[in-house]
Amino acid sequence: MRKTVVYALLTFCSLLFIAPLFWALTTAIKDPTELYLFPPKWLPSVWKFGNFAEAWTVQPFNVFLKNTVIVTVLATLGQLVSCAVVAYGFARFEFKGRNFLFLVVLSTMMIPWEVTMIPQYMEFNYLGWINTLKPLIVPAWFGSAYFIFLLRQFILTLPRELDEAATIDGASKMGIFLRIIVPLMGPALILVGVFQMMSCWNDYLGPLIFLNDQSKYTLTLGLAQFKGMFGVDMQSIMAITCLISILPLAVFFFAQRYIIGGIAGTGIKG
Amino acid sequence: MAKLDPAQAGTYAASLKPARKRGRGRVTPYLFVFPWLFGFLAFTLGPLIFSLVISFFDWPIVGQVKFVGFGNYIEMFTQDSLFWKSFGVTVKFAALFVPLNIVVALGLAMLLNQNVRGSAFFRTAFYLPSVISGVALAMIWGWVYSGEYGILNYFLSLVGIDGPDWLNDTRWSLVAMVIASLWGQGAMMLIFLAGLKGIPKDLYESASIDGAGRLRQFRSITIPMLSPTILFNLITSIIAAFQQLTLALVLTGGGPLKSTYFYAMYMYENAFKYFKMGYSAANAWFMFLIVLSLSFLVFKSSAAWVYYEGEIKSGAKAKSGARRRSA
Repeated sequence: MRKTVVYALLTFCSLLFIAPLFWALTTAIKDPTELYLFPPKWLPSVWKFGNFAEAWTVQPFNVFLKNTVIVTVLATLGQLVSCAVVAYGFARFEFKGRNFLFLVVLSTMMIPWEVTMIPQYMEFNYLGWINTLKPLIVPAWFGSAYFIFLLRQFILTLPRELDEAATIDGASKMGIFLRIIVPLMGPALILVGVFQMMSCWNDYLGPLIFLNDQSKYTLTLGLAQFKGMFGVDMQSIMAITCLISILPLAVFFFAQRYIIGGIAGTGIKG
Repeated sequence: MAKLDPAQAGTYAASLKPARKRGRGRVTPYLFVFPWLFGFLAFTLGPLIFSLVISFFDWPIVGQVKFVGFGNYIEMFTQDSLFWKSFGVTVKFAALFVPLNIVVALGLAMLLNQNVRGSAFFRTAFYLPSVISGVALAMIWGWVYSGEYGILNYFLSLVGIDGPDWLNDTRWSLVAMVIASLWGQGAMMLIFLAGLKGIPKDLYESASIDGAGRLRQFRSITIPMLSPTILFNLITSIIAAFQQLTLALVLTGGGPLKSTYFYAMYMYENAFKYFKMGYSAANAWFMFLIVLSLSFLVFKSSAAWVYYEGEIKSGAKAKSGARRRSA
């Protein structure tokens, strides 16, 4: 009896979460004549998969895709390299001011982006980086607090004996990092890579503020731009919505184990 | 931690290559930490200080810069009705969103924690909307909320409710923002779920032997044991509520009649529509202080309602907790 109630509730709630996604997908493959009906039709009478290709040409989405891929790949790479190096520094060295600096790392997580956004804009403006992809890529190469924290915690769980053995064998600190620590960091690096990749791909406010020219736009800007355009049918908007959601959804399915474990870990620390 | 005697290991390593080791040892750590340090100065601390400085200036993006003292702050408190309007909208949004978010996330997590088969599937279903971009989320809800053709009003009509034109009705637009935001908050649910899984089963067992009912168990075991997680999620929710911007930008543009004109949007428009950089920086600092003091208050109050296992059962128990955490 109790089990039945639980199942009923679980099913009902998952419908609430899935239905809007499903509705977006079926809208994307509808013929325009079936869009504006009441009561609505859940499934189209003809499945028009051509809508995807058609919607893609409404705006220069190839350009947007190229920009998004450049930003996502370079920023993710930068985040992985820089956070791993810095986390290793905090986890494996005793140095003056270490604890204080690490406290600073943690407290930067509290600073809302809105406060630093305006000076950052002015800074990038001064450097001539506005309307280029650089503001979306370069900061990622200097690490982000949350990922540094995550990776440091992970390195702390690796036995120090490994480092010591390598030191005796004459390995340098960099050698230990590259040949011993990094290969063991696999799961943690996947987590950071996946989180960074998704947040870059999905980012809207960064591109909105730093990019002006359509040739520099990312996919989310292109999608948002539909809002102000006349004569674009809902099926095109939903088609693009679905297409740009493919990557985050696919990444989620492949890395689900890491993502769920990673998020769960944040809470326990709190 | 090390099994080797550190002193011995030190002399051993030192005997291998003494001079080189010592000299480099002092610089090497800083080299590793340097990328973060540089980024912190260039993209966080520098901007933070600069933002405070320009909040005392009349600072247009092009044109004359002028020191105005507390002028920006005085202007926003006394002469700017939009400031109060947007602040009110955000407070109202937070007042609805924060408690609902905690309740919904905790409710879903408790459902998932019932040890039924297929709970991994349901967990994925609940989390799925959190994966997609905020713009995609906004677009989907814009269509779901459509007054005439929307799927939401269709469902409401099935149970005999004549749904409003959600996004164009000043009474419902903010509620619509809350619902859409709740839909994408799967992370909080996962954090609660992990917290629930961390509560030892034997507590419930001994409670039910003592004759405690489910409600009593929830009140006397689940809530206290989960209180550190609740505190974390509460503060995260407050911060998220004050930063809400994407939904309004994409869906309503702050309307109708400024009913969804969030404080973050007000700040954004002052900076990037009117290019009043100094004024917007003052707006940002006001928000920062509000969020900080709210978090501080919540944190202060937590002494009264947050229960940390380690405080009572010190020693072995606390240590095993620490190990579980780092694993």
